[in-house]
Amino acid sequence: MKKQLSWKVGGQQGEGIDSAGEILSTALNRKGYYLYGYRHFSSRIKGGHSNTKIRISTKPVRSISDELDILVAFDQETIDLNAHELVKDGIILADAKFNPTIPEGISARLIAVPFTKIAEEVGMAQMKNMVAVGASIALLGIPVEAFKEVIEERFARKGQKVVDKNMDAIARGAAFVQTEMATLPDFKLEPSDGKQRLYMIGNDAIAFGALAAGARLMAAYPITPSSEIMEWLIKRLPEFGGTVVQTEDEIAAITMVIGANYGGVRALTASAGPGLSLMTEAIGLAGMTETPAVIVNTQRGGPSTGLPTKQEQSDVLAMLYSTHGEIPKIVIAPSTAEECFYDTIEAFNLAEEYQCPVIILSDLALSLGKQTVEPLDYDRIQIRRGKLVPLDEELPELANSELFPRYEFTEDGISRRVLPGTKYGLHHVTGVEHDQTGRPSESPINRKKMMDKRLSKLKNGINFPNPVHLDAKHEEADLLIIGFCSTRGTIAEAMERLEAEGLKVNHAHIRQILPFPTEIVAEQMKKAKKVLVVENNATGQLTSLIKMNVGMADKLVHFGKYDGNPFLPSEIYNQCKELLVHGHI
Amino acid sequence: MATFKDFRNKVKPNWCPGCGDFSVLAAMQRAFANLGLEPEDVAIVSGIGCSGRISGYVNAYGFHGVHGRALPIAQGLKLANRDLTVVAAGGDGDGFAIGMGHTVHAIRRNVDITYIVMDNQVYGLTKGQTSPRSAMGFKTKSTPAGSIEAAISPMEMALTVGAGFVAQSVSSDLKQLTQVIEEGIKHKGFSLINVFSPCVTYNKVNTYDWFKENLVSLSEIEGYDPSDRNMAMQTLMDHNGLVTGIIYQNKDRKPYEDLIKGFKEEPLAKQDIKISKDQFDKLAAEFM
Repeated sequence: MKKQLSWKVGGQQGEGIDSAGEILSTALNRKGYYLYGYRHFSSRIKGGHSNTKIRISTKPVRSISDELDILVAFDQETIDLNAHELVKDGIILADAKFNPTIPEGISARLIAVPFTKIAEEVGMAQMKNMVAVGASIALLGIPVEAFKEVIEERFARKGQKVVDKNMDAIARGAAFVQTEMATLPDFKLEPSDGKQRLYMIGNDAIAFGALAAGARLMAAYPITPSSEIMEWLIKRLPEFGGTVVQTEDEIAAITMVIGANYGGVRALTASAGPGLSLMTEAIGLAGMTETPAVIVNTQRGGPSTGLPTKQEQSDVLAMLYSTHGEIPKIVIAPSTAEECFYDTIEAFNLAEEYQCPVIILSDLALSLGKQTVEPLDYDRIQIRRGKLVPLDEELPELANSELFPRYEFTEDGISRRVLPGTKYGLHHVTGVEHDQTGRPSESPINRKKMMDKRLSKLKNGINFPNPVHLDAKHEEADLLIIGFCSTRGTIAEAMERLEAEGLKVNHAHIRQILPFPTEIVAEQMKKAKKVLVVENNATGQLTSLIKMNVGMADKLVHFGKYDGNPFLPSEIYNQCKELLVHGHI
Repeated sequence: MATFKDFRNKVKPNWCPGCGDFSVLAAMQRAFANLGLEPEDVAIVSGIGCSGRISGYVNAYGFHGVHGRALPIAQGLKLANRDLTVVAAGGDGDGFAIGMGHTVHAIRRNVDITYIVMDNQVYGLTKGQTSPRSAMGFKTKSTPAGSIEAAISPMEMALTVGAGFVAQSVSSDLKQLTQVIEEGIKHKGFSLINVFSPCVTYNKVNTYDWFKENLVSLSEIEGYDPSDRNMAMQTLMDHNGLVTGIIYQNKDRKPYEDLIKGFKEEPLAKQDIKISKDQFDKLAAEFM
């Protein structure tokens, strides 16, 4: 029996690989297993090698694994590209149709299952993916009946016949492998706790969080890996009176969001690097006009078009500095799908409380990686709108037909925000430097006061919970590992192995990038002999940011990976060992 | 009830004496009053350029954004609060150069806003460069040998991409200008109004006198029917685009707001934003 194992399905894009993974994981999630799924795909509709790797466990998992136990292959390429990941007694379930062979030096066992032939017998060749699911669950010791509900839900609208055929395909796939079971190593899963949890990608959680936060308008331009956010919201928003506008470009998206927020609606946009580059001027407008705006950046491989479907974390400094001039801006970086949900809600609160743009920084592995999430808590949804004057509030008449002081100088730098449509609330809004009523002003005295006012809003820190996630029990640590976004689970796993060897390792995962939580990071760095900053980029952007804010440059070591793939636990483990043994990497 | 004076504020426009934009400002203020609007019902979203300053000169809500992006800001605002009368305004550089993409797509999308372009066929605020509306051969600081690019024909362009309301007027005809702005605001859906608004400093060709000589009012064309798209296109081509009045109006085309599934009459900005426990549970269940 296994406490955890990894399963991967691969083939040509468009062969039903995604739905095989989807169906298997949905059924396992409902049985109470913890899952983490990661898709490897290309920037094309059909063709090209694609695979989905799913880690299945009786305990929480937040990372892909180094090893692979079961590989399901629809073509020889899948075997050639992935067999090296297999454990010694791993299994390859491959379609007999292409006469699969095992590459030299791989000790895994190959079972040729007639996926296509069985599917054709059932009545539809494309059901070969369901035959593969069946073959897989025979190994995992999961009964065919566990799929009944999922298959019914998925295919009900196509009729009972299609449902039956799919179930038949799964059953026959399972039966085929069953006959070989006696000679195979044990891959049966230990029973799970049976608890009901959610299984979602980071983008699902961001979209759900936005809806729960009261966002009712999204304006966006499709781009990998952020489109799921708009696709989810366009399905759900109509029930809540809202909508998604697919704009002509990202500049229209962000400016529409600024217009909607100016009008009093919580609105967001989401994009990736290329889109964020286009939005930078308008983000400055939001800062200058003190208009709330929530912008999601699901980082992917850059620069330019870069690696559109691959993991990278190379937009950190761009998110901080890309806008010309100086504005108050908040950048937060959730590190799990669960945090994506709660942090998105917070992003809307922060945007309205501090009246400035808020960037939610995600990355491809977090946005598209699918993970188990403990049931979300309705009572944790809090809506705080700061100094917003609601549309139904009556304002006193203004003396001498003066304008409303929308940009009034206040102690905390934040002024009352009145919405268009409000009587006695007239004021001007402009990206030009302006006075307290919003009228353009070039006065040097006013200019300095206005700059100070805007920048002072974030000066004393912001009201964001848990700016650094800490797993740091050692007062004197051999090593502190720092990361952000999707690497949290991978770092945690590497750390577990190091700790098991008696090394003292702390982990700080930075969730608030701007304003930078200098004190917390400094305190942790002081406790450690060495600091390894793990980030998916080449130039060490987070490392630079830490140097700039905290200092202690002599302790800092940057560990970058920028080949398009997420870190594996072993890679981080090895680097840490190297650093601890040799003092450098 | 508000009069046009209620839409005036204390700010002195920084336009040159004689600038065509003064008339556009006056016509806007009159149109708002004639339609029975109050200052707080109106929001003007403008771009960058001399004409972009107009949002600061009307006693109403005003948003002066970034160059070329008045339209998406205005659409976002209108979707947020459909009770507002939203007017976008800017110059020909704003709308037909840097913002042309938004102009075309705002027409396609058909959100119920009015877009007034103050077309002076030159870049004024940057002190005299060519514009997408400058004629071939037009000499400016950036085209000392004369422009070698063809001028855009905004009215034909608008008809081609499916506009529901297309009108043109000129600063020297305050009466007609006021009227087309009123009609544009009343039109359900996107309305485009191009106004020949002479730049007295940098355009010595397309002057008030030049327009007087060259413009034809559609009211003088016998049998002109603004609901006939073919006639509209033919007339524009026959007169090289130099006509004024309502060129085309399609009263049957539904505005974007009416086509959004589940979109309510009550403005989004006034709706409760909390979701109920039941709704939350239902949404969460789809991830199980």
